[in-house]
Amino acid sequence: MTLLLETEGLEFHRYGAPVFRPLGLRLETGRAIVLTGPNGVGKTTLLRLLAGILKPVSGTLVHHAAHAFVGHLPAVKGDLSCRENLEYEQRLGLPDLALAEALAEVGLAGLGSRPARALSAGQKRRLGMARLLVRRSGCWLLDEPYASLDDAGCRRVDELIARQLEQGGVILATHQRHPHIDPHRIEQIALEFGQEGGVQA
Amino acid sequence: MSAQPYRALFRRDLKLAMRRLGESLLPLFFLFTVIVLIPLGVGPGPSLLARMAPGMIWVAALLSSLLALEHLFRPDLEDGTLEQWFVGETTVLGRVWARLASHWLITGLPVIVFSPLAAEMLHLPHRALGVMILSLLIGTPALSLVGGLAAALTLSTRGASVLLSILIFPLIVPLVIFATGAVSMAADGMNPYAHLGLLGAFTILAMTLAPFGIAAALRMNLE
Repeated sequence: MTLLLETEGLEFHRYGAPVFRPLGLRLETGRAIVLTGPNGVGKTTLLRLLAGILKPVSGTLVHHAAHAFVGHLPAVKGDLSCRENLEYEQRLGLPDLALAEALAEVGLAGLGSRPARALSAGQKRRLGMARLLVRRSGCWLLDEPYASLDDAGCRRVDELIARQLEQGGVILATHQRHPHIDPHRIEQIALEFGQEGGVQA
Repeated sequence: MSAQPYRALFRRDLKLAMRRLGESLLPLFFLFTVIVLIPLGVGPGPSLLARMAPGMIWVAALLSSLLALEHLFRPDLEDGTLEQWFVGETTVLGRVWARLASHWLITGLPVIVFSPLAAEMLHLPHRALGVMILSLLIGTPALSLVGGLAAALTLSTRGASVLLSILIFPLIVPLVIFATGAVSMAADGMNPYAHLGLLGAFTILAMTLAPFGIAAALRMNLE
């Protein structure tokens, strides 16, 4: 087991008030951390913090491995084809799967030359997931990976997460469906509203 | 750290610009609209136009670069690619540089390439042509840099274009003064290098400071 990501006393403030209690997290290879909690409790904020998009107010955050983030927005360019979008992504780090393979993995086989703007919302999310596959990263940070996906799509996400756990780790936020993978590998962190409007973890 | 991610961003930006060629060349069309309309407005007398040419070309170049600024970071904010800039090992500063370079290449360079034509249409004396191209070469990157800062600051603001112009105008006053000063001097047969030197100093200052400001402003807009 190697350590992928580590936080100590991580804190973030919004409008001067803490969003959640100081948080200590450790993610190791083969583990998945599932963040749950009601809307507005700070799941997305925490993930964006872990991804490096937001800067913590205090505390430390150490990445021991490359990480990738999939947020609410799929981060694909509508004017480029699916293949071109992934090609760009592949150049950002160590390449992993071939483009056609990654597209097949997420159920977009044969749509490589279609402009991303012509995809449906669910297909765009699938393309967003494919971004994770073309580049090697030890730690996946997924924000609501099941949103706007059909049943088959959700199962595919589970498969991808299960495969990622063989070589890395996953932190995901969800409020609807929990990943159907080996429950021993899952650690659940429930974020909830505290008494003073703050959030306990 | 390798430069590959930044090259990838630069190439993708150019590819996207080619896909939207009409939108990318809008600044150039705007420049020529202004240059063609001026003689109709003030009269076609060569001596009058020649006096106005340095200022007109520079003001047109400046206004045309404003047109493209709103698209500098906004599409990336809307489709989520901007937040990805902050994920991973690549530095935001490097990506800001890559984006500014591609932006200048798409909006600044065509203006420079076609500026001799504009100069000819406004009867700019031929001896000032070289200095005008040089002033545009030195000055337009500063336009992208200072404009990029204003664009990053107003990124998540409603009605950003109004605020953007208000923010940017005081910052580029020195640019216009030195650039048109240099071209006018050359047109009158005098030595333009003092003005060009100050123009260069302004660009170096913008190059040194603006990218840091842009990176900080972008992060602020993602919070």
